[in-house]
Amino acid sequence: MKPAPFEYSRPESLNEALSLLAGDEVRPIAGGQSLVPLLALRLVTPKRLVDLSRLIELRGIKVESDGIRIGALTRWCEILSDARLGEHHPLLREAVRHTAHYQIRNRGTVGGSCCHADPAAEMPAIAVTCAAEFEVMSLRGRRIIAAREFFRSVFTTALEPDELLISIRLPTWRPERRYGFQELARRQGDFALAGCALYWDEAGGCCRDPHVGVFGVAETAIRVPQIEAALEDRKITDEIIRSVARTIRDVTAPPTDLHATSAYRSAVLAVLLERALRASLHDPSHHD
Amino acid sequence: MTDVAITLTVNRQQVTATVEPRLTLAGFLRRHLQLTGTHLGCEHGVCGACTIIVNGAAVRSCLMFAAQADGSEIITVEGLAAADGLSPLQRAFRKHHALQCGFCTPGILTTMHALLQEEPHASAERIREVLAGNICRCTGYLPIIEAVLEAAASYNND
Repeated sequence: MKPAPFEYSRPESLNEALSLLAGDEVRPIAGGQSLVPLLALRLVTPKRLVDLSRLIELRGIKVESDGIRIGALTRWCEILSDARLGEHHPLLREAVRHTAHYQIRNRGTVGGSCCHADPAAEMPAIAVTCAAEFEVMSLRGRRIIAAREFFRSVFTTALEPDELLISIRLPTWRPERRYGFQELARRQGDFALAGCALYWDEAGGCCRDPHVGVFGVAETAIRVPQIEAALEDRKITDEIIRSVARTIRDVTAPPTDLHATSAYRSAVLAVLLERALRASLHDPSHHD
Repeated sequence: MTDVAITLTVNRQQVTATVEPRLTLAGFLRRHLQLTGTHLGCEHGVCGACTIIVNGAAVRSCLMFAAQADGSEIITVEGLAAADGLSPLQRAFRKHHALQCGFCTPGILTTMHALLQEEPHASAERIREVLAGNICRCTGYLPIIEAVLEAAASYNND
């Protein structure tokens, strides 16, 4: 057995789970697709695992007046099979098509991925790009954390040890919205070397309120205000696409690791931004 | 550490056991039930060799603890065929030389069985996409795709 020993609890209610999480060196486990590898490598050695699988109130996607609310225990396979998202959040659906492998999608959860906070993961990138809100709870109460505050650094979030992520709200998707999502991974389903998620609202042929997020190129997914400013109120032409693809190389400084050098990631990111912007020019009614 | 009592169904037989919380489901199947057809490669969710079917869905059994499987229905590679021989998918694998050393094969068979049960009309492209979750170092994957495409007809009820 590779993990270090731990105690195991499977609470039947949210209150019971929050009580257990108030203990010392406790970790919640949802799908376990990020946590179990960390346990196997003994990078994480909690005294107790709290299995959230019985907390059905943390499952599923709700379409509400202020956006879509995704329960923390919602699995990738549920997002991919949810036909409502074609209208209510096509960017999310497109991003999740790139998330993980078939077997992992059957257990991995939205909340687990966000709390793991891998800088190259798709869901944190969507949360940051779309200015999502994270609803978290502990015995001390409930609070809402903005996505840009939630992700602090590599594998590091604003969650306190006794806090549990309950749901993520993505603000309402507007019908005139255009979007693009691009990433490069060495193998389908692997973590991206670099990626780009973006959207803007079409108004009289121009780009309004652009949100441009990039991931795999910094300690967390980030929005790129310089690119957003360059696109605001402009018509997205070939010239402007080429121009912002040059800008992105100046305003980001991707890390070098064993998968790719900084220079390579930078070059890839510029191409991905260009492709995502070109994809966003298509009328959304023609996306499947 | 406090052991956990579990009851589950493995290959249509009910099993009851008491397990240490850190025992993975793969370890439980192999060591406690002697179902050694489920292979362990990387043991951290990368290679796909340990894939089994839990409540109809293909999952990596190295990324799940036995304690979490309480109440679930599990099919391993041993449960794919009837007692009298190979399943249609297994026969197609033999015919197309879709295995060589065989180490990754149980995980690929269970993954593709789950896929074809859910999507009997899966295209070659879809099979390729799903197969990306399983590492095979012998076959070059093409014979696997051919075998799965041929076996798909046997999953087709319409």
